Amino acid sequence: MEAKQFNHHQTAHCENGVTVSLLKHHGFDKITEPLAFGIGSGLFYIQIPFMKVNNGPAISFRTMPGAIFKRTCKALGIKVEKKKFNSPEKAALYLEEKVANNIPVGCQVGVFHLNYFPKEYRFHFNAHNLIVYGKNENSYLISDPVMETTTSLTEEELSKVRFAKGALAPKGHVYYPIHVGQISHETLKKAIIKGIKRNCRDMLNIPGSFAGVAGIQHTAKKIRKWRSQLGEKQAALYLGQIIRMQEEIGTGGGGFRFLYAAFLEEAAAILDEKELLEVSEHLTKAGDLWRDSAVLMAGIFKGRLKTQQDFERCADLLDQISAVEKAAFTQLSKIKFK
Amino acid sequence: MKKQDLPQDKSALDNFTREVCYVKNEAGNYETDLSTGWEAKKVALDNAWDDINDRIKEAQQNVRAGISSPIAFFMEEKLMDFTVLSGYTGFWKWQIKRHLKPTVFQKLSTKKLEKYATAFELSVSELKNYNGSEAI
Repeated sequence: MEAKQFNHHQTAHCENGVTVSLLKHHGFDKITEPLAFGIGSGLFYIQIPFMKVNNGPAISFRTMPGAIFKRTCKALGIKVEKKKFNSPEKAALYLEEKVANNIPVGCQVGVFHLNYFPKEYRFHFNAHNLIVYGKNENSYLISDPVMETTTSLTEEELSKVRFAKGALAPKGHVYYPIHVGQISHETLKKAIIKGIKRNCRDMLNIPGSFAGVAGIQHTAKKIRKWRSQLGEKQAALYLGQIIRMQEEIGTGGGGFRFLYAAFLEEAAAILDEKELLEVSEHLTKAGDLWRDSAVLMAGIFKGRLKTQQDFERCADLLDQISAVEKAAFTQLSKIKFK
Repeated sequence: MKKQDLPQDKSALDNFTREVCYVKNEAGNYETDLSTGWEAKKVALDNAWDDINDRIKEAQQNVRAGISSPIAFFMEEKLMDFTVLSGYTGFWKWQIKRHLKPTVFQKLSTKKLEKYATAFELSVSELKNYNGSEAI
């Protein structure tokens, strides 16, 4: 059977990348990473209470894993198939069948056993996504969106990462669009507006103090106490955790803020709404401030800065970021779309 | 972030990949560019690994001193927490906590040891006979 050629697309974030590559493969060329991220309301901030990740605070700059693919497809009227498995054998059979029918599928995997990643990045993180798009001899052909080129994994290696254990265990999760029809310009516009509104809600209106722009202030408040509560060493490690969640591979820089600013820029053109460009500027500003805070925090755990005053400066910066993002999303929520 | 400000520092990504970042070009529009890494986050990652290595050393000493079983060491060595190890072995967290005691560990059946050995990608004898030495 002649396979429709699959094209690898490198993106900042893995789930955006899988969404973009699969939709493009099905003929929807207009999709870009910023659009997938924005329609899926990907931007977020949360410090999950009472939870630790790798012995540090559980902080995320994006929405829940899986949400971007699901929301983007739904808003564009695309039917998707997804499956989880209890048995690795059944999961392997299902995948085998898709590959035999030349259907590229998204797979959720754990990173710890993903051997084409550098060791330094291989933690027990189970919400990574890649595409399986073919097979030769004994290896599956892999398009991992954060990699510059395609890679491959043996059956055994793939099974291992698909059945990684721990928090967010993938359980062989596979997903793919069944049918992507003609998507009209109107549908795209509506999807963008829906994504923006949901993102405004997530950033501004979630009750409690842990999430959205309030969540950033919540972390700022904690930072002021870390040095005295945890001691210098532990406090520095906690700051390091923030930097990693914010800047590590997959964020596009500045805790996804630049990516969202890029989305607003694209949305401004598609919706013909100039005010979105202003909001985009504010988000760029927020991203730049996040980068500044990372530099400051890095100074702290390199030992150049370590007084309480330095921690206060970090916290002040986060308070400022919270205010900038609050103003940006408030303005965004007030735009009357045509 | 402006395109010209995108850092190209050395990082753990060297020889693996470069990462996509979103930057503003001279016209003031967003585009993507590739970065080899950024010093600020490199030190964050290095620092996290220093901490992990400290924890591994400490676990090693505890095994050597007879305070904890080899499971405690391999857990750190494989970066696992109780949730992860529980997932791989099928044991409850409270069971694993018991198995961290050398006296309890000594009496574990081969079947149970096998589960741990598989999770740590070791043979049963490697697990059982680990005495806290530096080389595994």
